Amino acid sequence: MGDAPDSGDEDEPDAETDGGLRAYTVRLELVDEPGELLRALAPIADNGGNLLSIHHERGNITPRGHIPVEVDLECPPDRFDDVVEGLRGAGVNVIQAGAEHYGEEINVVLIGHLVDTDLSNTLSRIEDEADAVVLDLSLAAPEGTGGISSARARLAIDSGRSEEALAAIRSIGTDKELTVVEPLLGGDA
Amino acid sequence: MKLAILGAGDVGRSVADLAAEYGHDVVALADSTGASVDSTGIAVESVLERKAGGEAVGSSDPEDVFETEYDVLVEATPTTLGDAEPGFTHVKRALEADRHVVLANKGPVAERYEELRALEDEHAGSIRFEATVGGAIPVLSTVEDCTPQAVTAVRGVLNGTANFILTRMAAEGLDYEHVLAEAQDLGVAEADPTFDVDGTDAALKFVILANVLADGGFALEDATVEGIQDVPGSALDLAAEDGRTIRLIGEATRDGVRVGPRLVPENGALAVTGTRNIVQIETRNAGSLHSSGRGAGGPETATAVLSDVGRLPPL
Repeated sequence: MGDAPDSGDEDEPDAETDGGLRAYTVRLELVDEPGELLRALAPIADNGGNLLSIHHERGNITPRGHIPVEVDLECPPDRFDDVVEGLRGAGVNVIQAGAEHYGEEINVVLIGHLVDTDLSNTLSRIEDEADAVVLDLSLAAPEGTGGISSARARLAIDSGRSEEALAAIRSIGTDKELTVVEPLLGGDA
Repeated sequence: MKLAILGAGDVGRSVADLAAEYGHDVVALADSTGASVDSTGIAVESVLERKAGGEAVGSSDPEDVFETEYDVLVEATPTTLGDAEPGFTHVKRALEADRHVVLANKGPVAERYEELRALEDEHAGSIRFEATVGGAIPVLSTVEDCTPQAVTAVRGVLNGTANFILTRMAAEGLDYEHVLAEAQDLGVAEADPTFDVDGTDAALKFVILANVLADGGFALEDATVEGIQDVPGSALDLAAEDGRTIRLIGEATRDGVRVGPRLVPENGALAVTGTRNIVQIETRNAGSLHSSGRGAGGPETATAVLSDVGRLPPL
């Protein structure tokens, strides 16, 4: 899983829509011939995708004798089908598409009666309502589980969706009377 | 310039004390009970001595201040919320007499900004209020120099008491109540620290900033404000696991004002320690500018007042 660089070389501001960008991974199989990789990448850019990283597994031949390539890209969600269609239309063998990976990680600290308010329900609501994946959780309950405790959750979120995710987490916090300490986004904090 | 100073607290007294160094005369110094007024200049040193000895600032009526010859009214009375009185009326009277006003009092600028600007437009004098945001740190003049239109946001730590408490909690692994008591012993926190720890004081400063950025439109009630009273030591420990810490951060943009405890990188610019303040001014064309320094204190805040006096045009 390649780390998504902040500034892709192929930045295409035109491709950005109000829906924001999402990150996707596609796995391709290429015939071992010169120029094949370049040919396979063109449909991505042509359809509004922004290349983040390319994993070219030379020497690792698939059972069909082809070379597997994993490509991370970002594009508006409504363009992803076009990207995949474009690849298939160009005769590229797409073996996996749409297995999303997430572009950003953020930390939040929750404070309050975390145990009494059903921490696991809080976390699943964060996953559902904030469209996030909880990667990591630490809990500190120095007063015991009946008192005020704190939890830090590291969340994976789609690129460009942090504000929305945080707004959703904030409203879950309000519902459950928890204090949500959010990261400061924006600027070079 | 001839200065008439209303308010004889730390800031008012320091302005009187330092005025001569900046080339100005003090013609009046008043608190709510008395005033020392002399159109040829009051004897600042002896007035301050009397005040320090528990006596009245002077035997004149505070009303007499408005009758004397002065160029600049320095409004340094305590900040009040809601209608921001009596500060607002003081400013109004001075502007209506075509004098300049320099405020150290946050109330009128945070709560009645549009009215102040309307009064300023109708009369000859100007108003300035650098001292209301970040004490000695030149925040508003930096925004002014960048032109407010080119500033997209101002963020930062503008309450030293809350910052001191969070810093000590993180460093010593102590809880809020314990550190607050220590801060009160050290004189960093007041006996009633509510305004500092519940975010109100910081919010007033960011409301003023939002008013400058958007040319009005904000009062305290428009700000989203959370304090630090509910942040336990364990939350700071958890934040540190990931190289972060918690600071009471304010944000002002043209769209709104928000103050609350936020996660910031432990070694980042905004994670100032102790009572230090910092602002980050985000500009459209010049990236982010940072200014850090002492955000409170008599002489510190007085330097902001006197810098403002120096920027005033001749009447």
